[in-house]
Amino acid sequence: MTPVNRTDAHADVLVVGAGPAGLALAARLARAGAGRVEVLEREPEPGGMPRHLHHGGFGRAPLPWLRGPAYARRWARAAAAAGAAVRTGVTATGWAGPLRLETTSPAGLERITARAVVLATGARERPRSARLVPGSRPPGVLTTGELFRSVHEYGLPIGRRAVVVGAEPVARHAAATLRQAGTDVVAMVTEQPRAAAVPGIPVLTATTVGELHGRGRLTGVAVRHRDGRTGLLACDTVVFTGDWIPDHELARRGGIPLDPGTRGPCVDAAFRTAAPGVFAVGNALHGIESAATAVGEGEAAAASVLAHLAGAPWPEAGPPLHVRAPLLWVTPHRITGIARRPLLLRSAEAVTAPVVTAAQDGRTLWRRRFPVPASPSRSLRLPPHWTARVDHAGGPVVLALG
Amino acid sequence: MTLTRRGPLPGGAPYDVTVVGAGVVGSAIARELSRLPLRIALIDACDDVGNGTSKANTAILHTGFDAVPGSLESRLVRDGQRLLAAYAADTGIPVEPVGALLVAWNEEQLAALPGLADKAVRNGYRSARILPAHEVRAREPELGPGVLGALDVPDESLICPWTTTLAYATQAVRAGVDLHLNCPVRSVAPGEPHTLATGRGPLRTRHLVNAAGLYADEIDRFLGHTDFTVTPRRGQLIVFDELARGLVRHILLPVPDARGKGVLVTPTVYGNVMLGPTAEDLDDRTATGSTADGLALLREKGRRILPALLDEEVTAVYAGLRAATGQDDYAVRAHPAQRYVTVGGIRSTGLTASMAIAAHVVGLLAEAGLPLTGARDPEPVRMPNLGEAFPRPYRDAAMIAADPEYGRIVCHCERVTRGEIRDALAATVPPASPDGLRRRTRARGGRCQGFHCGAAVRALFEEARP
Ligand SMILES: Cc1cc2nc3c(=O)[nH]c(=O)nc-3n(C[C@H](O)[C@H](O)[C@H](O)COP(=O)(O)OP(=O)(O)OC[C@H]3O[C@@H](n4cnc5c(N)ncnc54)[C@H](O)[C@@H]3O)c2cc1C
Ligand SMILES: Cc1cc2nc3c(=O)[nH]c(=O)nc-3n(C[C@H](O)[C@H](O)[C@H](O)COP(=O)(O)OP(=O)(O)OC[C@H]3O[C@@H](n4cnc5c(N)ncnc54)[C@H](O)[C@@H]3O)c2cc1C
Repeated sequence: MTPVNRTDAHADVLVVGAGPAGLALAARLARAGAGRVEVLEREPEPGGMPRHLHHGGFGRAPLPWLRGPAYARRWARAAAAAGAAVRTGVTATGWAGPLRLETTSPAGLERITARAVVLATGARERPRSARLVPGSRPPGVLTTGELFRSVHEYGLPIGRRAVVVGAEPVARHAAATLRQAGTDVVAMVTEQPRAAAVPGIPVLTATTVGELHGRGRLTGVAVRHRDGRTGLLACDTVVFTGDWIPDHELARRGGIPLDPGTRGPCVDAAFRTAAPGVFAVGNALHGIESAATAVGEGEAAAASVLAHLAGAPWPEAGPPLHVRAPLLWVTPHRITGIARRPLLLRSAEAVTAPVVTAAQDGRTLWRRRFPVPASPSRSLRLPPHWTARVDHAGGPVVLALG
Repeated sequence: MTLTRRGPLPGGAPYDVTVVGAGVVGSAIARELSRLPLRIALIDACDDVGNGTSKANTAILHTGFDAVPGSLESRLVRDGQRLLAAYAADTGIPVEPVGALLVAWNEEQLAALPGLADKAVRNGYRSARILPAHEVRAREPELGPGVLGALDVPDESLICPWTTTLAYATQAVRAGVDLHLNCPVRSVAPGEPHTLATGRGPLRTRHLVNAAGLYADEIDRFLGHTDFTVTPRRGQLIVFDELARGLVRHILLPVPDARGKGVLVTPTVYGNVMLGPTAEDLDDRTATGSTADGLALLREKGRRILPALLDEEVTAVYAGLRAATGQDDYAVRAHPAQRYVTVGGIRSTGLTASMAIAAHVVGLLAEAGLPLTGARDPEPVRMPNLGEAFPRPYRDAAMIAADPEYGRIVCHCERVTRGEIRDALAATVPPASPDGLRRRTRARGGRCQGFHCGAAVRALFEEARP
């Protein structure tokens, strides 16, 4: 192997990812005088996912809702104005030590040592291959991420007739973007038994995608209804939406344990991972939530990062949080102190008026009926106050329905 | 240098030799022929080289330890491995000599190991030896329970199949071979010269080499030969993300037993882990799709071999078709009176054997009167490296300092830079599709399959489209 010449550099806090979570965190830290706060962003512009989302719906009441690109710019400006260094076109490629990251950019290779590292790397959708959808491998098979960038950033042609896999909000945005690009949406297909109607588009519920057809170009998608009926939807484009997975590569390469439910790094309620000095926030923790949630996590993590910089000891891991089926995951994953932000809890199935209980060693810590349904596409937000009742020397805290 | 992808074929004097099929075998033959001061054509029905079985295999540079002793295949695999390993080192084709373990999971398989070791010796391979269970486990800690022993074949290696075919074709084109793509042969009027009716008009040639893979029997029939029929045997494969690479150190091969041939688990030079292939006899030579049953079977078998693998993300699923003929050897036939050589039945070892097949075929052409005088060594080529075990631009400070485009990462999962994409688009044999670009750079080939970079990569491709 050729010898690698890396430039050594230092920062007090190194944030990987300039999406809403990383930028909000960096803005807070820089304003609080955390020293050199550096945000690395591999894309040519800061802002993360919202850069590519041209619909309105970003922000926090009572502010007027912004479109994604404006929202992205707002947070990039906020971080820069506070004094954080936002560096674009720089990829964190791996670790050279516990708090030392290797980077690549057109300016060369660096090895940046920090006192704290924050992973704010966002999430991606599982593509067709990861979903093990069989059939041929023609062009015309996309994810929402590719679709948005193709249409809004590059103005690339998409196709004439598209099937959208999924019927959640992200899928509806995909359908709208397809129509904007002049593509007919033949149908939306979801395995869920129920889905909101979308004007002008048939929504096939309780239906799975069986197989893709076509060579040279996609010609159709075979579908199967739960009752056994099958059909072939003729189309030249299929967009796989949702099924998010955190971009956890750096965490794994750093040996940071993941939660099997979220596939993001395991954190406590202060966003601390198992590796001292390494934090994680935003979609990197749990797949897709609203940008406001990502920002809220970033801002909340600022206090923990400041405490760490001030010399607070990295706490012993407290009792883990476990979930029982049909619940899929919860964040945070460990309780080391009192949580200050709502816990996010996700169910694999839709459940109306769910009753959630938290128990430890057979003792019920908390129980509540939610007026909103539990859903595979939206997290329940559990108030954090009951985490004060957790016995830190006790066994796992179990969250269950019923 | 001539590469055409559309329009009528150039006229003029007949070619001295035409090779039909620009897979790894046909491209190797064209490269071998390019040493000669002759007019050579390499033609393919597809828009790119290596777009048939050559792009969809398990990418192992075999030793030939388990071939049928005494067969042509045995000899050509053995010679081919040596030739290709040396060529790869000179050319920059990534090869990783990780070695293979044939893992025995039951008494019958364990009992078969000595026979396999013996067969290896009869194939001229002397380094295979049997390992006890504890040693196998020490070498592969993630193996599932129930390992009884293994045959260690230390010289089995990983190789990049895409770069191999591309290197052959590049060298051939640079040495003056005309490469005509999108050029299906629809029929052949044998004669002096032969006239091939192609989708792009007639092509005349004195000598003809049939390296048409799955369609070699069809071309054969145009010339009046019916001595074999290709029955495609499909192999489906699942490719796991690079983060799985730490789970496995060797190529884990199955030991054949009464219930058939199992599946293998192997690392790739790109740093992935591959599980497969299935073996399904089909009639349809275009059936390169995967099936729900096939994938379920692979997952079931994979779980037994390497349980932790199944928790990793899948980056790709694909299938390749082996050109089986029902015979136990390659179907390489010379028809000197017709100045015609068939290279058929190159089933599951053609990547490894390609250079030796090429040398053998040129010998057969000579027997049919092709003059071998004036041969010179082809200009060496240096291919861009796609292998993880070798320097890649994104972590090469000197390359980036000389050209910052090698520091501009476009495909984040596979760490492919704009400089590499630019180079591939401007190469001697440029891609004709984003998939072709992927095979030359790895761009868009990772865990996100284009979620992040797909649009950017496609935009770069479209920009460069002639
Ligand atoms: C279709 C769709 C519609 C949405 N609509 C809304 C909406 O209407 N309202 C709303 O509030 N939210 C919406 N969201 C959600 C919102 O976009 C996300 O919650 C938010 O972007 C998450 O922020 P983040 O900072 O965690 O991650 P991201 O925004 O994904 O940012 C992560 C950043 O990290 C960078 N990065 C990753 N790895 C590295 C590395 N190794 N080195 C350097 N940089 C790296 C990435 O390039 C990226 O810029 C929507 C999302 C989608 C997909
Ligand atoms: C699942 C699987 C795993 C394998 N694993 C390995 C391995 O690990 N190691 C190894 O060494 N080998 C392996 N092989 C075998 C290897 O891939 C093949 O032997 C090799 O690719 C055959 O190359 P080819 O050039 O003969 O065929 P192909 O690559 O199929 O090329 C034939 C070409 O001919 C063209 N063609 C066909 N008909 C016409 C026509 N009428 N006109 C014009 N062009 C035409 C086609 O378009 C095609 O490009 C594997 C094969 C499979 C299927």
